[in-house]
Amino acid sequence: MTIARHIKHRGGTLWLAALVHRLSGLALAIFLPLHFLVLALALHRAAQLDAFLRWTDQPLVKLAEALLVFLLIVHLLGGVRVLVIENFDWRDGQKRLATLAATVSAIVAFIFLVRVF
Amino acid sequence: MLLWRIRTLNWNACLWQLSMDARVKPAHDEWNSAWARVDCAQIAASKPLTENRMPEAPTELSVSLWRGGVEGRYETYRVPRRDSQTVLDVVTYVQRHIDPTLSYRFACRVGMCGSCAMTVNGRPRWTCRTHVAKVAGSGRLEIGPLANLPVIKDLATDMAPFFEKWREAKGAFAPSRTRADAIPRIRPDSPARLAADAAVECINCGVCYAACDTVRWNAAYLGPAALNRAWTLINDERDAGNVARLQAVAATGGCHACHSHQSCQEHCPLSLNPTASIAGLKRRTALAYLKGELKP
Amino acid sequence: MNVRLYVWQRATAALMVPLVAVHVAIIFYATRQDLSAADILARTRGSIVWGAYYGLFVAAVSIHAAIGVRNVLAEWSPLSERHAGRLGLLFGLVLAALGARAVLAVVL
Repeated sequence: MTIARHIKHRGGTLWLAALVHRLSGLALAIFLPLHFLVLALALHRAAQLDAFLRWTDQPLVKLAEALLVFLLIVHLLGGVRVLVIENFDWRDGQKRLATLAATVSAIVAFIFLVRVF
Repeated sequence: MLLWRIRTLNWNACLWQLSMDARVKPAHDEWNSAWARVDCAQIAASKPLTENRMPEAPTELSVSLWRGGVEGRYETYRVPRRDSQTVLDVVTYVQRHIDPTLSYRFACRVGMCGSCAMTVNGRPRWTCRTHVAKVAGSGRLEIGPLANLPVIKDLATDMAPFFEKWREAKGAFAPSRTRADAIPRIRPDSPARLAADAAVECINCGVCYAACDTVRWNAAYLGPAALNRAWTLINDERDAGNVARLQAVAATGGCHACHSHQSCQEHCPLSLNPTASIAGLKRRTALAYLKGELKP
Repeated sequence: MNVRLYVWQRATAALMVPLVAVHVAIIFYATRQDLSAADILARTRGSIVWGAYYGLFVAAVSIHAAIGVRNVLAEWSPLSERHAGRLGLLFGLVLAALGARAVLAVVL
């Protein structure tokens, strides 16, 4: 048995906030090239772009779009929180701020979902 | 040196008295204030508690201790539960009464030397100032060596990488004057002094280093303690080593690797905030880089 | 991450705070209006503002994401810092090229 298995002090709110920031960043990095490829369809083939826009009317795609909105905003707000920590005087209550950032992101994504359906 | 000897002897006398009569231990819980001192004479002079103030029902603790090196296993021991018992007391009991081959490290037993940190029920803690009552409500303790450091044997880790990084971060004071010069006056309320004050009480226990996941991911990362130390020196007006220090903490593995998890702050037994110190270093190095004073 | 990468990543991050906020507003507007490809292109074609806005956005995101991908690879993959840096750079260049092409496609 190796010792590392017995460390369980990870998983705190701010540790999770950093993980969410990283994973949302990775997901956006994977999504962006695809996003750019789709937009480039407009270069010569507006009809293809239209076909793609119609494809995005499917419920599952709309759900995925709402998830992307969540990822974008949670990465934005998480990033703002880190920028404030790094560039301004220290302020306590970071756990609350991180939770707030995730909550706001979820609410905005939910509003997006309601609007597109 | 002689003075130190005498002080050590005093401490030993004091500790001997403590171990002879566990009831005279100071009753307060883990220190939460930034700093406190236990006055040896005061403890020695305090009267033992009367018999009727002993705990009502002393029971047994189930204590799992890591035995072996990196590969090993937890072995369970039964240790009597005592009043005002610390985690270090529990480990010491096992070593003195059950298995003398148990290896662990401690020195002062009063939260000053920083040598007794271990992983207690999954969290890094200083064991001498951690009361059993606080961490083992269920009567169970699992104690292992600190994480992120090589295990020597049982509960003892090799602290060399930790102190090596302290050196790498230029954690040693670089004097700007000689003893022939006058002592510089530092205003206690100057911003630099306040920043240094907030971070200066670190006792090098390694708890923050063990709590930091960035240390685990990034072998080159200097870690919270060394960077926190660098921050105190950067704010020390008497220090002359800041060019090299900023260069050291701005390199790969320096302050910019920090993810602001704040685990260091959460676990620091002295309630210091290395995350804030590291944020200060990030600002200072970024500014120096933009001014062209630093080479990446 | 050294201080040079740190400054570039945080500077592009700060630059993108307003850019992303506006982009989210545009996403909400565009989905609400249920715009067709022709509708979108009618708004963007020949517009210097759209070109400058999204051109800046693509440049910032390429730098920001390249450094981010490099950091993730350096910490979470067995790759060395140097190899992670090279892969990050490659990713950034691909992203910048695809992004520039997309901006040109909707603006020109």
